[in-house]
Amino acid sequence: MTVLGTDEAAAGTGEPVAVVSEVMTKRRRFEFLYFAVRNKKLIIGLSVVVLFVLMALFGPLFVQHSMLAYGPPFRPPSASYWFGTNYFGQDVFSEFVYGLRESLFVGLIGGCGATVIGMTFGFLAGYKGGMVDELLNVLCNVLLTIPGLVLLILIAGFLHHTSAIIEGTLIACTTWTWAMRAIRAQTFSLVSRDFVGLARLSGQKSRSIIIREIAPNMSSYLFLVFILLFGGAILVAASFDFLGLGPTNGMSLGIMMEQASDWSALPLHLWWWFVPPGAAITCIVGGLYFANVGLDEVFNPKLREL
Amino acid sequence: MRRYLVRKLIIYVVTFFVAATIDWLLPRLVTGNPVSLLLSKMNLQPQTYNATYNLYMKAFGFNRPWWKQYLTFWEALFHGNLGVSIYEFPKPVTSVIADYVLFTLALLIPAILLAYFAGNKVGAMAARRKSLDNTVLPVGYLLTATAYPWLALLLAFLLAAGGIGHFFPISGGFAYGLLPAWDWPFIWSLITHWFLPFLTLFLVAFGGWAIGMRNLIIYELESDYTHYLEALGAPSRLVRKYAYRNAMLPQLTGLALQLGVIVGGAVVTEVTFAYPGLGYLILQAVGNDDYFLLQGIFLFIIVGVLVANFVVDIIYVLVDPRTRVGISGA
Repeated sequence: MTVLGTDEAAAGTGEPVAVVSEVMTKRRRFEFLYFAVRNKKLIIGLSVVVLFVLMALFGPLFVQHSMLAYGPPFRPPSASYWFGTNYFGQDVFSEFVYGLRESLFVGLIGGCGATVIGMTFGFLAGYKGGMVDELLNVLCNVLLTIPGLVLLILIAGFLHHTSAIIEGTLIACTTWTWAMRAIRAQTFSLVSRDFVGLARLSGQKSRSIIIREIAPNMSSYLFLVFILLFGGAILVAASFDFLGLGPTNGMSLGIMMEQASDWSALPLHLWWWFVPPGAAITCIVGGLYFANVGLDEVFNPKLREL
Repeated sequence: MRRYLVRKLIIYVVTFFVAATIDWLLPRLVTGNPVSLLLSKMNLQPQTYNATYNLYMKAFGFNRPWWKQYLTFWEALFHGNLGVSIYEFPKPVTSVIADYVLFTLALLIPAILLAYFAGNKVGAMAARRKSLDNTVLPVGYLLTATAYPWLALLLAFLLAAGGIGHFFPISGGFAYGLLPAWDWPFIWSLITHWFLPFLTLFLVAFGGWAIGMRNLIIYELESDYTHYLEALGAPSRLVRKYAYRNAMLPQLTGLALQLGVIVGGAVVTEVTFAYPGLGYLILQAVGNDDYFLLQGIFLFIIVGVLVANFVVDIIYVLVDPRTRVGISGA
């Protein structure tokens, strides 16, 4: 779901970045910080995400039972087994911690990859215009119409073995489309500005104009795009893993839900097996969306509540 | 108007062409072609392996030049021939799909439409009432951030497996003991089995529409025409009506964009509830290495999404006067 505001004002304030003095950038940075620490949505969203990232990073230090050790099955959460044990007697907490790592990792690859593809195509289409724009637009429209998850299932049906990296890359290749559209539109509005014309006149190459003149002027927007793509990738990966198409050797939040569903966690009432992974995904992605709305308000003076 | 629709149609034709080509190309791209994968499950002797391999390659037409295979593929496609299913063996893929497609449509169409209308209404209400907004906004964001499989499992646990009660059956399209017939017990069984998958799809989509509409209405209520109307002394009901109608246009575009996401969600939801729709079938096709069925369902879903997109386009033309008169191409 696109929750980006119309960010015209932020992208179009229009001072040529190259000319902006050191003092100005410093003051603007402090200004962002001033509004950032006062924005409740941003603080809440960000702290939830950071909490889960920390859990993924340092959680393994607190794991008491190995993921591969088989203890007593069906145990509800207790002091020894924090999240209980599953059908086979494995510690759900250790599965959760390692699954969280994998899910965040796949989400990060998917989010970064999609942002890079979306940026490349978006800048190219918006800056070059003409034939390049037409072609990239058709490609984008085609991919936009094909349901991403169904395409992923088709690919996975022929692949048979997937790793986290392949999974992340596949997700990136199917989710970049709306980002490209948004970035293309923003680039269009920047290309006609004087400072881009000046850069062209001074003989800069297209690539350096895009990297040094256009991209910095929409850096806040690009960051918001990345946040949304990151969240989206985590969601897609969860569905993909749940269908049993994810990494063949490993654990992820989606795989946990798949196993819980396959090994009758529902009739046996082992709710501690499938509630934590899904709740973690909802918290992380919800936190990212909240942080996105907060950041939008921080970057965009029009939306600030004073 | 005609230009707008023709342009859209061209894109849909290109999409279908690309999708069909992907469908044809994928099994030929992966290492270890489908035939060797099929044979690896048969435990054949080395001598018989080679003979069988050649026979299968010939039977599936893999030994011919690639462009000939591609042309044959299109020829078969235009004859409505998608091959024979392995999962339900002697049946042709098209008739297998026909058995399952009604369940998917019965799930998707009400879920999409009801979530769309309810979400828009609630979002518009939230935009003008702060007290309602304080609950709609966080709940909406959490719902859109929820993974389909989790919501499906949660609802199944709470309402079907006895977390709260056993109000609904946990899986299947209808009770096992029943034969399909148009009598009351069977229809009731259909409805109870349908409800939880429907609710899952409805809830996730609902959150997205509510947030989208809320943001759009707030944006519209700050625009010049609103201020002008207010300055003229127009009643706030009239102002809100105009804001709502203007906000409907981006929401309608959003509906076309969201179709793919909802179809993906339906696949996961059907699998969770073992609901006998196309999503459930496509996973069976993957699990049974039934490539014809897999390819057939993929193409079928693409066609369905394209038709739905075209319907949205026509509604857009009806709703937006600018596309009708041809002032802008939208």
